[in-house]
Formats: sequence, structure tokens, C-alpha cells
Amino acid sequence: MIQWFSSIRIEATVVLALLGAPVLSSAPLRAQEQTIVVASTTSTQDSGLFGYLLPIAREKTGVEVKVLAQGTGQALETARRGDADVVFVHARSAEEKFLAEGFGVKRYPVMYNDFVVIGPKDDPAGVKGRDVAAALQAIKTKGAPFISRGDRSGTHIAELALWKDAGIDITKDHGPWYKEIGQGMGAALNTASASNAYVLSDRGTWLAFKNRGDLTILVEGDKRLFNQYGVMLVNPAKHPTVKKEAGQRFIDWLVSPEGQNAIASFKIEDQQLFYPNANDPNA
Amino acid sequence: MNDFARAVELAAGLIGDFDPELREIVVLSLGVSLTASALAFAIGAPLGAALAVYRIPAKDVLIVTANALLGLPPVVVGLAVYLLLSRSGPLGGFGILFTPAAMIIAQTILGIPIVVALVHRMTVGLWATYGDALLVDGASRMRATASLMNIGRDGLIIAFLAAFGRAIAEVGAIIIVGGNIRGYTRTMTTSIALETSKGELSFALALGIILILLSMTVSTLSYFFGRVLTGR
Repeated sequence: MIQWFSSIRIEATVVLALLGAPVLSSAPLRAQEQTIVVASTTSTQDSGLFGYLLPIAREKTGVEVKVLAQGTGQALETARRGDADVVFVHARSAEEKFLAEGFGVKRYPVMYNDFVVIGPKDDPAGVKGRDVAAALQAIKTKGAPFISRGDRSGTHIAELALWKDAGIDITKDHGPWYKEIGQGMGAALNTASASNAYVLSDRGTWLAFKNRGDLTILVEGDKRLFNQYGVMLVNPAKHPTVKKEAGQRFIDWLVSPEGQNAIASFKIEDQQLFYPNANDPNA
Repeated sequence: MNDFARAVELAAGLIGDFDPELREIVVLSLGVSLTASALAFAIGAPLGAALAVYRIPAKDVLIVTANALLGLPPVVVGLAVYLLLSRSGPLGGFGILFTPAAMIIAQTILGIPIVVALVHRMTVGLWATYGDALLVDGASRMRATASLMNIGRDGLIIAFLAAFGRAIAEVGAIIIVGGNIRGYTRTMTTSIALETSKGELSFALALGIILILLSMTVSTLSYFFGRVLTGR
């Protein structure tokens, strides 16, 4: 019975397709298939990377990308629910968990930039030029105001790892100087700017950020501040609605020499924001 | 004050240039919010009037609920609609999460309690004044209600405008169910949130000024529409 129904359906589809073909060109149908939803982080959007990259990607691959700028934790959750075709995030541990749960097909390293510790120019905790562990210890000892994303984003996960690395159990051991705002990078920078606080930011968002007030980069260049981005197709076996062909085409382009060059050529005030490294097997 | 002056200047520039991206955003904002408030009105107004005129079981519960839902936080509505429309949710098969349709649904839900509460309040007053007379004249309750709505056209317009005001101003629901996708689900309010997070505070405020101008335009048009309708 069910088979009979489905064969009717298939026939009806074929007949409709044949009837419709001369009238409706198949172009709009194909165009729809070519649109994918990419769940990504606030940094890729707020820094302007996507605004620059996606028109190029569209021209080269024919895939139109709709970006959800959500922060790594939320982006992965959106993908787990089947509401995105591709995830483009920056928290390797969370990405590997996502893969292990079977929600992702394969993780491709795409590019990196780095985190920087931002703080007021007069630097009350005296962190300028120190390594990141020493800087965080100084901020804590001084009780200098520090703004935490607190939203399980890639940057928040990185921040928690840095506190741990500095020998501080920040979730238990913090005073009123440590403020979790539970918002995106831009909001955290706005809050830090308004209250002259320290904050961890990805370099891209910081470079593009316009409301800096008295803030400046105080700690940078420490290898623990490395920030790797990866991209994954959501597993069609978990969510059959995933547009796997177009999604994979977008991913293939991102990691191709052409896509990698496009990423490298994105600059703000002559500064390169992201460094492509799809060929690095350890990234 | 400098920020405000700059915002006004930017707003004037944006309007003057007829910026195409801004135009798209304005059209989407108005389209979504007008559709949602019209739907909220179509559903809420008959319900509000019926609650005033008919003997409905558990009427008080419904009225109290509608009044309580006036304070419904948009972010909660957004989350609930998100969970319903998600591919993993009960209505996931429609595939309308992160589309303008999803935003319309969320804003309609936000608007309904407002329309119900306002139309109910207005109809109760009118019913007390004219209800008996209309019934004595032999009108059915249905016809009597229609006459009351005719008398209370001003109030209906206010109810529509209140629903529209709630819709055009909110960001919590549409940013969740629409996703703030550039060129597709990005509205005035989600743009303002985005520009704020980029630290472009004056630009964000400039968009706010344009949003106020839009709201004023809609309210002015409704006002004159109401005057024409009531012949005053």
C-alpha cells in the first residue's frame, strides 16, 4: 500500500516536472538548491570577513550562503538540530565532540588568527607585554575589571582554557571584578570600552571594532593565543534535509587555493585578519 | 551629544542616498511587521469582540490570559517558535526556520494578545452603551457586534497600531527565528543590534532614527485613514 502510494507520488512528480519544464524554467529550482545556511561565529561576521568572502564564493561556486552569526556553542547546537547545512566555527574541542557524536561529516581546517588581551591604555594591572598566563594572574591579583563573554562561544571556551592554564579556577575563584555578560564579542568589547575593563578578543573583531574608547591591545603573540577555525558539513545521515552537494562545494572552495587566497586578501587598514592554513594537517 | 549629532547626520545621509541595502531592510521590516500585525488583528479582533459580547465559558480566564500575555517577552516567543519550526521540531518539515515567514509567525503571536485585550476593552464599553438598544432593535449578537465595530473604528485602528508598534520595535523574537541573515532576514532592529555589536554606535542610532520616522509614517497614515473612515 505504502509502496503503491509512493510510486504514484513519484509518477506525479515526473509528470509535473515534464509539464512544468517548458513553462517554468528549472533555474529557480536549482537556485534554491544552491542556497545554503552556514552557522558561524560572530567574529567571522563582525570582522567583515563574510561580507568580503561570500560574494566571491558565490561568483566562483554558484552557492549562495546565508550566514547565521551565533557564536560557536549556539552554531553547533543549531546544526545539531538540523537547521544549518554547514558549520564554520572556532573551538576545536567542541568541533571534535560534534564529529564524534556523528553530527558532522569531516572537519576541515580553514584559517587561523589569534586572540589578544585588550585593556585600558593606562593598564592598571600592569599586563602589557607579559605572557598571557602572567597577565591573567596579574588581573586577578589586582582585581582589575575583566569582561567575560560567558556564552560558550569559541572565544569564551578559549578564555576559560587560558585561565586554567594560568592556574586559576575562574568558575569558582573570582570576585565582582570578573563580569560574565553572556553576549557576543562586539557587546563584550562595548562593555569593556564603557567600563575600562580587560577583555579577551579575537584580533579580527577587534580590528574591525569602532567603539574602542581607551582600550588597546596589551598582550599578543603568545602561542597559547592561537585561534583556529574549522568548517564541517552537517551529516546528511542525521539530517536528510542538509544540502550536501552545495554545502560540500562551498567547503571545497574555502579550502581550495582560490578560497585560501581570498581569505588571505581580506584586510582592514592594510592588516591581514585571517591566515589560511587548510594544508596544515595538525590545524 | 556629539554621538547624537553624528547619528542625525548619518540618518540624513542614508535617507538622501536612498541606500539600496537600507531600502531592502526597510521593505522587509515593514513587510514582515505589517503582515504580522494584520494577521494579529484578523485573529485577535474577532476574539476580543466575542469575549465582550458572547457568553463564553471560562471567559474570565481567557481575558486574564490575554492581559497577562501583553507582557510576553519577545525572546520567549522567539525561542518557542524556533523550537517548533526547527528541523528537529514538530513543524520542521515546512523548512521555514530562518525565513521571513518564521518572523511573521513570531510577531503575529506577539501581536494577538494586544489586539484581543484592546478590542475587548473597547467592546465592553460600547456594549454597555449600545448593546441592549441593538438587541431590542432585533439585531442578532453577530450583527450587533458588527455595528459596534463600526462605531469603534478608532479603537480598532489603535489596536492595529499597537500590534504594529510591538512588531516593528521588537528584536528578541526575530533575531532568533530569522537569524539576521544579510539580504534575507535582516530587519531594522536586527541591523541596529548588529551595528551596535560592531561598535558602530552612531550608525546604529542613525538606523534607530530612521525606524522612528517609519513608525511615525505608518501611524500618520493610519490616523488619516481613520479620519476618512469616521468622516471626522
